[in-house]
Amino acid sequence: MSGHNESILREPLITGTDITYAKITNDILLPVENKPNRAWWIGFIVALCGALLWVVAVSYTFWFGIGAWGLNKTVGWAWDITGFVWWVGIGHAGTLISAVLLLFRQNWRNSINRSAEAMTIFAVICAATYVVSHMGRPWLAYWVLPLPNQFGSLWVNFNSPLVWDMFAISTYFSVSLLFWYTGLLPDIATIRDRATGVKRRVYTILSFGWAGNVKTWQRFEAVSIILAGISTPLVLSVHTIVSMDFATSVIPGWHTTIFPPYFVAGAIFSGFAMVLTLLLVARKVLGLENYITMFHIESMNKIIILTGSIVGVAYITEFFIAWYSGSEYEQYAFINRSTGPYWWAYWMMMTCNVISPQLLWFKKIRTSIAATWILSIVVNIGMWFERFVIIVTSLHRDYIPSSWAMFYPSWVDVSVFVGSIGLFFTLFLLFLRVLPSIAIAEVKLLLKSASEQAKLEQIKEGHLDPTHVSEYVESLDKFDSVKQEEYAKI
Amino acid sequence: MNNIKYILGSFGDPDEMMHGIDKLQENNIKIHDVYTPMPIHGIEAKLGVKRSRLDIAAFFFGITGTCTMLTFVYLAAAYDWPINIGGKPHFALPDFIPITFELTILFCAFGLVGSYYASTHLFPGRAPRVMDLRATDDRFIIAIDAKENTDHNKIDDLLKEAGALEVKHNERKYISYE
Repeated sequence: MSGHNESILREPLITGTDITYAKITNDILLPVENKPNRAWWIGFIVALCGALLWVVAVSYTFWFGIGAWGLNKTVGWAWDITGFVWWVGIGHAGTLISAVLLLFRQNWRNSINRSAEAMTIFAVICAATYVVSHMGRPWLAYWVLPLPNQFGSLWVNFNSPLVWDMFAISTYFSVSLLFWYTGLLPDIATIRDRATGVKRRVYTILSFGWAGNVKTWQRFEAVSIILAGISTPLVLSVHTIVSMDFATSVIPGWHTTIFPPYFVAGAIFSGFAMVLTLLLVARKVLGLENYITMFHIESMNKIIILTGSIVGVAYITEFFIAWYSGSEYEQYAFINRSTGPYWWAYWMMMTCNVISPQLLWFKKIRTSIAATWILSIVVNIGMWFERFVIIVTSLHRDYIPSSWAMFYPSWVDVSVFVGSIGLFFTLFLLFLRVLPSIAIAEVKLLLKSASEQAKLEQIKEGHLDPTHVSEYVESLDKFDSVKQEEYAKI
Repeated sequence: MNNIKYILGSFGDPDEMMHGIDKLQENNIKIHDVYTPMPIHGIEAKLGVKRSRLDIAAFFFGITGTCTMLTFVYLAAAYDWPINIGGKPHFALPDFIPITFELTILFCAFGLVGSYYASTHLFPGRAPRVMDLRATDDRFIIAIDAKENTDHNKIDDLLKEAGALEVKHNERKYISYE
């Protein structure tokens, strides 16, 4: 493994020329082992205010029922399901990075998988609260489970996509948690062996007694690859089933077979945008520029171009099929989407999701941190509007024109949504403080093969094709964490 | 002098550590275990760690999930309380594929991770059996049982020759029990 040199035609995954195993540990554990800085506190207090708003809004909903929301008898599903699908979608990038990229041996996943998986878990928590609160009587939430009951054991309707969804989301959450926590064990052991006092005791319990012997490591890798293998179809199934909540109904605008692949692509699209939103800030504030490099940012942007284009093609296909089907109800639903009272939401979605990711074809834009960060937020706004458009515009024109209506959110709707963002950031900021935000062991694996210093060593040794060397040095131009002076000498 | 229980060769580089393992094995010195901060590929072959059977276990856990869900959904939907839903068959197999798939994954994941924790003795609160605290940080540790291999000077020399930064003679097996 570590004895082989990696081709210098591949861009480095760890930059910097004085990186050692000890330095990797020190750099990554910096936020865990030290007192938080001011930037963290400001972020945390703002996020906590959001989380408190969420507590208030969700409690209000529980107390007064979902009449507190802006729903009416025509639009019976609106911001709640929009928020649910948005959060579940965001969660998908974490599993994609940790599972699919592992199966494809994409080593650049090693430094972003941990925080992306944490993001998955927090996003699914946010999504789950919508499911519970939209039930109206959350204390009866267990009725969705197939439990024997006093009604002579009337079971849940296993033909219903909502029941499938319950199975899918709970499986997804628990499997993601297992995958994430098993991967964390060696890193928790690293914190444990450097800590003292109470901190050491806590991390001892959390580390499950990890010692890093040969058999444990070898089994660890076997478990990771099998979990990746089963999580890959799982993550695809989850958003497929989420899309079936709509696609198996008979509502024009929902009743389409394109939904599963289109939802999955959209989920990965929004998930990567959220990973970028979080990591671009985290890398700067925590000083992780050497581990989350421009190569990582560019690679994620390329995935955003791909999935964004799939989503764009799906929008156009939907429109085409509505016309081609000859079904006037379907045709009306789509004409109404783009030119009816919600035209602004539709065009917001089209601009944010179809046009803006195409800007990433320009290398200048996809290697600019500021532009990437802004675009990642634009994509997230667009993906929220996508769900809003699908849900509300399809419902607000009912079968009888006398029951046509508009949806206006109440303050509770807005607060639950804004609050869930606060909750998400609160959890993420706490995570950064107590657990390593980068998989330490997995990054160490790359040090001897895929790091800038290993490649520099190769160049210094000579024996390399000079055109390859110049190509490599040129590719380092875009990195903000590489010092070009080192290469000027060669 | 002979209170020494374990000799630890502490390496700063995985390749030098692999070289150390070769050296010791050429001299018929049995290695107790190796502790590393990251997985080292190829080491299991040298130390004779057998291939993992967790993949086989995972398959059977998965298939158990499949059978459990299909049996349960048959009992619930077609046998215990059949309901006429739009005139569809009570045991509408295509409708049950998604939930059967989810339960397959759920059983497989929990069974797999549970067996992994059981087979490597990982559970919350277990006292960590650590020989060198830097083995989870930046050192690659080869541990040799000092009672079985009595020629300590030779072991020290071999380890140093291979590039060990430090050779420790531990009088306690695990230092993490304080």
